[in-house]
Amino acid sequence: MTRISQILPLLALTLVTVFVAPPPAQAQPLRLQITEGVIDPMPIAVPAFVAEDSGGARYTDALARVVVANLTGTGLFREVPSQAHIARISSFDAGISFADWRAVNVQALITGAVSVSGNRMNVKFRVYDVVSGQQLGQGLQFAGTADDWRRMGHKVSDAVYSRITGEDGYFDSRVVFVSESGSRDNRTKRLAIMDQDGENVEFLSEGRSLVIAPRMSPSGDRVVYTSYESGSPRITLLNLSNRQRQMVGDQPGAMTFSPRFSPDGQSLVYSLARGGNTDLYRMDLRNGQQQQLTNSPSIATAPSFSPDGRFITFESDRSGTSQIYVMPANGGEARRISFGQGRYSTPVWSPRGDLIAFTKSNAGRFHIGVMRTDGSEERLLTASFLDEGPTWAPNGRVVMFTREAQGGDPSIYSVDITGRNLRRVTTQGPASDPAWGPLRP
Amino acid sequence: MTLTTKALLLLGALALAACNNPRAGGTFGGGGADGFGGDNGFGGGISTGQLGDPNDPSSIAHFNQRIGDRVFFTVDSSSLTPEGRETLNGQARWLNSNTQYAIVIEGHADERGTREYNVALGERRANAVMQYLVSQGVSAGRMRTVSYGKERPVEACAAQRCWDINRRSVTVISGGLTG
Repeated sequence: MTRISQILPLLALTLVTVFVAPPPAQAQPLRLQITEGVIDPMPIAVPAFVAEDSGGARYTDALARVVVANLTGTGLFREVPSQAHIARISSFDAGISFADWRAVNVQALITGAVSVSGNRMNVKFRVYDVVSGQQLGQGLQFAGTADDWRRMGHKVSDAVYSRITGEDGYFDSRVVFVSESGSRDNRTKRLAIMDQDGENVEFLSEGRSLVIAPRMSPSGDRVVYTSYESGSPRITLLNLSNRQRQMVGDQPGAMTFSPRFSPDGQSLVYSLARGGNTDLYRMDLRNGQQQQLTNSPSIATAPSFSPDGRFITFESDRSGTSQIYVMPANGGEARRISFGQGRYSTPVWSPRGDLIAFTKSNAGRFHIGVMRTDGSEERLLTASFLDEGPTWAPNGRVVMFTREAQGGDPSIYSVDITGRNLRRVTTQGPASDPAWGPLRP
Repeated sequence: MTLTTKALLLLGALALAACNNPRAGGTFGGGGADGFGGDNGFGGGISTGQLGDPNDPSSIAHFNQRIGDRVFFTVDSSSLTPEGRETLNGQARWLNSNTQYAIVIEGHADERGTREYNVALGERRANAVMQYLVSQGVSAGRMRTVSYGKERPVEACAAQRCWDINRRSVTVISGGLTG
């Protein structure tokens, strides 16, 4: 274990399987199917982690709290609180008295242990199917720095979520967004990044100039956004590791905005406005070459690549009002896919490739919705005075978006793609334009 | 029409003008807050200049207050209204007789649309104004456009009366021509 971490010094966290798996003897493993229907949240227990040394003692409860917050935050789980527990977990390797957990109606039990030496932290966990009285999968151990203790909790949460639902998690991920302050007619907007649960906020710009609509690169190493630093909207690329900024895709007499990364991170697609007309362009970030993708006397903006990189969905008002289109990633004929009532904007292709999330405005209300990539099976997930700009969780199960109450400040909300579990993401002060990054390695 | 009615209409018009020009009487380059002061990368700081007396027809104050520095648009439209054309005719006459100034035309949208679409819509509005001023003899070389989308509302209330005055273009006298 230690040797592996030394070999991979650049990885903040390493993930190693340390326990031999029990034979997969369970006839019906604990499994929560995420379906469209209303489900009963699965009752879980996450006792305080066991401290395996004195350094680990201060994280025992905090780690358990992160796991509980993540899992119950999905709406798929509910916590059986520790006051109700009969059994106590005092040793990570001791046997589990399943009857005691069954007695308080727990279905999944998560146990953990933590040790800290210097700034090195080790976190272990196991998941038990209380009903069948068996361990679910193998125990896992994470090693990293104590400064990253919340990430350890997110890693545990992702593994638990994944084992129980059979889908990838999304907890160890970050969200880039715009932090707002000041009066509404002279807003200060700062680029910022936070963990998906709103913690660990870092500011990435000082707020001297407007910034809007950031996006994270597919590997999470860069952010691209629109900045007014030059006095006019321009695409800016920010390297998150060294904080170097660079304006890209500049063309004389033109405004450039709405940039998005291609799935391989090597190119951008974006809007260029000139002479009253906005078209989509694509730029190869390796050589700066630009290619015009649309050529229509109308607005084409808010592009989004399909995860396989073959198509781009975008919004255009070429029909008279904003609607959603899909075209090949190198341009060519665009097919309109939105035909419902109202205006459709900001299409975003899901990471699974199966859905497109969008903003819809109709009859004075705004909605976040999803539809299949051919435009069928439209479903509205939200309704309010102003909802806009969905962004997908890395697993394609949840979207975040900006909600602005009438006369109020904007906040970031999340909702799952069944339309359930609408929640506000806690931020300090007004916040907008969330863009979800990838699951971290 | 009686004198009283005339007087009332005049008062109403003045009130409207005041309402429509919340920046009137502000500092030179009212766009400072919008990005032309410390925001513009031209060296930072707030530039200072004389607005002058609005009674002086060659003053910037006259341009901002008497002629009107802005025109308004209907929802999701960049078409100039007859009132807008009237204002722009006045702007063109002023610019054609005060040729030492360059201008920045800001395009703005109300908050009832998505952010990036509104940037594109603001650009379309600013361009419509610029094209109209060109048609009235103002040299394109004196003009620059910028879109703020919905980022810089004049009035921030979430009601129709605010949205109506936020869908606008603003002609900002940006100082003397260089070269």
